[in-house]
Amino acid sequence: MPATLIFYLFATVLILAALMVISARNPVHAVLFLILCFFNAAGLFVLQGAEFLAMLLVIVYVGAVAVLFLFVVMMLDIDFKQLRQGFVRYLPLGALVGAVLLIEIGMMAVHWPTMAGAAAQTPAPAALGNAEAIGAVLYTKYWLPFQVAGLVLLVAMVGAICLTLRDRGQVVRQNVSVQMNRKRSDVIEIKKVPTGQGISDGGMA
Amino acid sequence: MEFLVSPLTLNHFLVVAAVLFTLGAMGIFLNRKNIIVILMCVELILLAVNINFVSFAVSLGDLHGQIFTLFVLTVAAAEAAIGLAILVVYFRNRDSVSVADLNLLKG
Repeated sequence: MPATLIFYLFATVLILAALMVISARNPVHAVLFLILCFFNAAGLFVLQGAEFLAMLLVIVYVGAVAVLFLFVVMMLDIDFKQLRQGFVRYLPLGALVGAVLLIEIGMMAVHWPTMAGAAAQTPAPAALGNAEAIGAVLYTKYWLPFQVAGLVLLVAMVGAICLTLRDRGQVVRQNVSVQMNRKRSDVIEIKKVPTGQGISDGGMA
Repeated sequence: MEFLVSPLTLNHFLVVAAVLFTLGAMGIFLNRKNIIVILMCVELILLAVNINFVSFAVSLGDLHGQIFTLFVLTVAAAEAAIGLAILVVYFRNRDSVSVADLNLLKG
């Protein structure tokens, strides 16, 4: 069955790329491996028949999030050598946490109550394609969460801009009330200039 | 090599998601000096969760999981944007991206 072979290909590359993300020396390489991860996960989604989410993963993650990461990594002037300190020191702790997590997940998987008989709450319409079916459900049954998701993105955008906006103190801003309160007597001085002598001091100095 | 030709089941995908989740959690512990990689590990964990959601959705024939994946994706994007913004401000103030230096609120 070729689907199984393709699954093992995607899964292997996905796991190896994830391994490289957490162990790469250079954060730029870590971001690039993260992009590889997302592409392979999209492959797994396509394999399962969730094409819409696969495309979304490529567009949103690779197109926006990963590029954002890459941008920040390249913008910050980070000392890469110093970053690696402590990797070996924390390796036993990390391995322990990983082992405990895997064992816990494995134990849960063994005792997993089967849900195969449960009726689907939102069955996928058979006649529609994946993207069409998601749209038909998302814009009717889930319209409110969909709007809230848009709100979350808006708040995130405003928050990110507010956080990173920097006032360097060199910006000249218009102060309307000061402009309006300017008196003619404050700024203009009328002097009588004697003929043939000019102005020796003051005035235009 | 019989496993290479056996038909795909739900368990195949769940194992991949579990390993990915574990790798992400391990990465948080291993990269204590670099918040950028920690944020990437959070993305890995969310990706594992998404794979789980989609696998169950497809296996149960229920669209719920795929819709929820959409919302997880949204929140992940917002989280990445805010997290990186905080990181940029932090680096500006402290010239470092290490977790150990995060003690400004200690007083």
